[in-house]
Amino acid sequence: MKAVPFVYRRAASVAEACAWRTEDPDAVLIAGGQTLMPMLAMRLVRPSQVIDIGRIVELDHIRVEKDHVLLGATTRQDAAERSRIVAEALPLLARALPWIGHPPTRRRGTIGGSIANADPAAEIALVAVASGAEILIAGADDGRDALSAAEFFLAPMVTALPPGAMVTGLRFPRAKPRHSGTGFAEIARRQGDFALAAVAVSLTLDDEGGLADIALAIGGATPVPTRLALDALIGEPPAGRRVGDAVADGIARLEMMSDGHASATYRRRAAERLAQTAIAMAAAEVGAREGGR
Amino acid sequence: MIALTLDVNGGMRKAVVEDRMSLLDCLRDALGLHGTHAGCEHGVCGTCTILLDGEPVRACLMLAAQAEGHAITTIEGVAPRPGEMSIVQDAFCETHGLQCGYCTPGMVLTAEALLATNPAPSRADIITAISGNLCRCTGYGQIVEAILLAAERRRGTNQREAP
Repeated sequence: MKAVPFVYRRAASVAEACAWRTEDPDAVLIAGGQTLMPMLAMRLVRPSQVIDIGRIVELDHIRVEKDHVLLGATTRQDAAERSRIVAEALPLLARALPWIGHPPTRRRGTIGGSIANADPAAEIALVAVASGAEILIAGADDGRDALSAAEFFLAPMVTALPPGAMVTGLRFPRAKPRHSGTGFAEIARRQGDFALAAVAVSLTLDDEGGLADIALAIGGATPVPTRLALDALIGEPPAGRRVGDAVADGIARLEMMSDGHASATYRRRAAERLAQTAIAMAAAEVGAREGGR
Repeated sequence: MIALTLDVNGGMRKAVVEDRMSLLDCLRDALGLHGTHAGCEHGVCGTCTILLDGEPVRACLMLAAQAEGHAITTIEGVAPRPGEMSIVQDAFCETHGLQCGYCTPGMVLTAEALLATNPAPSRADIITAISGNLCRCTGYGQIVEAILLAAERRRGTNQREAP
């Protein structure tokens, strides 16, 4: 056994999990455990208690609510991957899910666990930021029940989750059905490895084929997933030079991570190239869906 | 300590283990099922792959306590009878789908799960399925060959229910 000794408890409800955690600041939550278990094995985490939220029924769901789709925190990544709701209403998430780890880790890994863990290379966090999703929380000392994805991620593995709170789910705006497309591109050393750079984009075209809106975010390369401000590109053709220049300019302003796997320069260049690929993918999807433009 | 009842290879097994024990250590040390191999023990290599409710997962990335209520299949559970081998195991032998054998239990179980849902996988399907399982001997060529052969044989055979 490689982990430090701890007490394992199974929470029956969100309220119970929050209460147990509040009374013991050294307790951690486990859902899928696909990141926590390695951290326990390497003793990077030394908890007094591990509170299992994996059997809380209220946290495992995918459902449509008006203009949003709700995913419960313990929804398995492979359940989302197989979900018809996700395929139809959240095409960007559907594109990103197969990039997470390997099939066996997606079988156990959860949507909310990936968010709470805040790994800079995490695909779900990237899609959440690109899509303007909200992180649903419970047990916050200040009574808040949601945070925007844009304000949630502060630094690698650091979030704005208030003390005593836990992530209970994600609320995504539904994709626009008309003239819209999504793209996702990533590079890693091997299939399933941590992304060195990844780009998620969703866009809508107007009747002339110009951009009606574009949301593009960079992950893997930056300490937290970061959305570029591209509103000035409304009306521009997606394959046009102004779009490419604006994206490159936005990426040039971002702080890039540098480590033994890839330098900041490599990550910046990879992000630029992946952004071009993802935008082309999204524009081609609009074209294909509208019968060619 | 925690008293667990686990559904392993179709039988209910009892074990009293430390709370911190992984499912991998529980299978090997508490239940004596040494066929599940311990490799990296932090989720990278895939050699500890077991089937949880028929789907491959890494036994080192679960606490034993988390496995209660799920059907666990280890490599000891895939052969139809003692002394026999499953079609997949047989195919690995015939195509030299192993050298040192360390990754083999994980590879075989991953293949069993793939063939249970996809009886005629393409080469690409197989590569995706085993992408989380490292092999340092074969270069993977013969493993892919083994799974293709097993798929072909299974399609031509009366099958018992998938493990």
